[in-house]
Amino acid sequence: MSDHGMIIIGAGETGARAAAELRSLGWTGRITLIGEEAHAPYERPPLSKQMLQEEDQPSPAAILRAEQATEQRIELRKACKAVAIDTRNHRITLNDGSSLTYERLLLATGAQPRKLASPLPGSDTPLAWPSIHYLRSYGDAVSLREQLQPGKRIVVIGGGFIGLEVAASARARGCEVTVIEAGPRILMRGVPEAIASLVDARHQSAGVQFKLGSAISGMSSSGKEYLIRFSNGEALACDTIVAGIGAIPETALASESGLAVENGIRVDERLATSDPDIFAAGDCCSFPHPLYGGRRIRLEAWRNAQDQGTHAAGSMLGAAAAYAAVPWFWSDQYDLTLQVAGLPDAGTTTVHRSLGAKGDLFFHLTAENRLVAASGIGGPGIAKDIRLAEMIIGSQAVLDSKALAQPDLKLKALLPS
Amino acid sequence: MAYEGWIAACEEEDIEEEDVIRFDYEERTFAIYRSAKNKYFATDGFCTHEKFHLADGLVMGNHIECPKHNGRFDYTTGEAKRAPVCQALKTYPLKQESGHIWIRIN
Ligand SMILES: Cc1cc2nc3c(=O)[nH]c(=O)nc-3n(C[C@H](O)[C@H](O)[C@H](O)COP(=O)(O)OP(=O)(O)OC[C@H]3O[C@@H](n4cnc5c(N)ncnc54)[C@H](O)[C@@H]3O)c2cc1C
Ligand code: FES
Repeated sequence: MSDHGMIIIGAGETGARAAAELRSLGWTGRITLIGEEAHAPYERPPLSKQMLQEEDQPSPAAILRAEQATEQRIELRKACKAVAIDTRNHRITLNDGSSLTYERLLLATGAQPRKLASPLPGSDTPLAWPSIHYLRSYGDAVSLREQLQPGKRIVVIGGGFIGLEVAASARARGCEVTVIEAGPRILMRGVPEAIASLVDARHQSAGVQFKLGSAISGMSSSGKEYLIRFSNGEALACDTIVAGIGAIPETALASESGLAVENGIRVDERLATSDPDIFAAGDCCSFPHPLYGGRRIRLEAWRNAQDQGTHAAGSMLGAAAAYAAVPWFWSDQYDLTLQVAGLPDAGTTTVHRSLGAKGDLFFHLTAENRLVAASGIGGPGIAKDIRLAEMIIGSQAVLDSKALAQPDLKLKALLPS
Repeated sequence: MAYEGWIAACEEEDIEEEDVIRFDYEERTFAIYRSAKNKYFATDGFCTHEKFHLADGLVMGNHIECPKHNGRFDYTTGEAKRAPVCQALKTYPLKQESGHIWIRIN
């Protein structure tokens, strides 16, 4: 082996985890972690929550501080973008024109917010839009929080998790908030309708207005305020617009270097790309999930980013294991916590279990009564049961769906010992 | 209720087997555990990584798993067992007396 070492492109959750794991697994050669952002790796989940709510502007919540990187001999290159990969010569080029060679390469490039189409579908005038806020980076959160002043009218486009967390944070800051959603309900992706309606009700009681099933036909600015027009003729004036309409995996570097891309950088169960010396992990990759019949999925979730970063480090060092962690996601809005383990859409029936004041659980089962997902909403007390459900999902046990509805049946008892 | 530094925390049967409950005293919060072998233990209530209540986490054998980032501690010794937690958890002496559980927190 040469001394070129391990290179990780993308210094986010996944990249930072992978770098640290390479060291703890005993790799003694070089580790270079390349990140386009000016900050050392930091946590994104607070960006739509505490970052927007706190009175004084918080600093980024570090995942790997510069001193820790030095201590672990991880060469952290901030504000540095990888622009090309020469797979034949195991070489990458950086935006300053320099190049580096690698033994193994990990792509942990994450995702970027989807932008509103301009011109809007069905219109031929480009959006005359000075600034629509999107939320992915610390800088995005800083510029959005400046707008969240008491009494300001904020429009959130998109009733997904990030949009709803922004709505809750904006209410906490005393803004007037309207959420516009093109679909018939909020949280169309990823949670059952019963949970979506509990979330909807919580937002309404906090004073958030919803415009569901609303197609935007145009937008304009008077210099003082923005006007959003809808295809049914209605219009809405506001001071700030934030769009949370999904994310697009960052695959440009991979596809330009000839790596397979399929809703993200295509990897196998070890997280190897179509080039055996290049791996991809986190929000940027799609992978086959063994618990779901090898179905190819892409996740945008914090724990997956960590777990895949860790797993990819092992694969880069030659481990053969398949990545099979049960997907897990959480969201916090007001005093509500929502957690989803598994893939609810893989189920055909849903069983409800009430935990009383602690919250509600929904179990998603296949026709054969195998548990494929569990979602919970309520206080922090739901965490224990979702964690147990996650372990049951991983065990692929066949369950009695009637018993699941009974709160006195302990989930722990269903775990194969 | 406090007696010579011991504080009455809860009853033995308040905690299910292999489980944990939260106990708040003055400004502080603790976690009290009952192991599968019916032994009782007490630790600080918050995870040492961030301020999340360990009592919302899962007890597995001698380990408590934090509900937020799945860090783990051995609740019998306080030792940090799995990343992201690296700092040990403070443990407290505990005694049982005719079904009552007392802990000493100083
Ligand atoms: C506002 C917000 C709130 C969230 N809240 C939750 C939550 O509550 N629960 C949850 O489970 N998940 C949440 N997530 C999702 C979670 O944060 C992501 O899944 C996670 O950050 C993905 O990590 P990653 O490292 O794969 O990608 P990222 O964190 O996006 O990191 C990728 C990094 O790579 C860099 N990069 C890309 N291309 C290059 C290049 N060519 N050269 C150099 N650097 C490059 C990017 O600049 C970026 O810094 C949230 C995300 C956001 C944005
Ligand atoms: S708060 Fe406990 S592991 Fe992070």
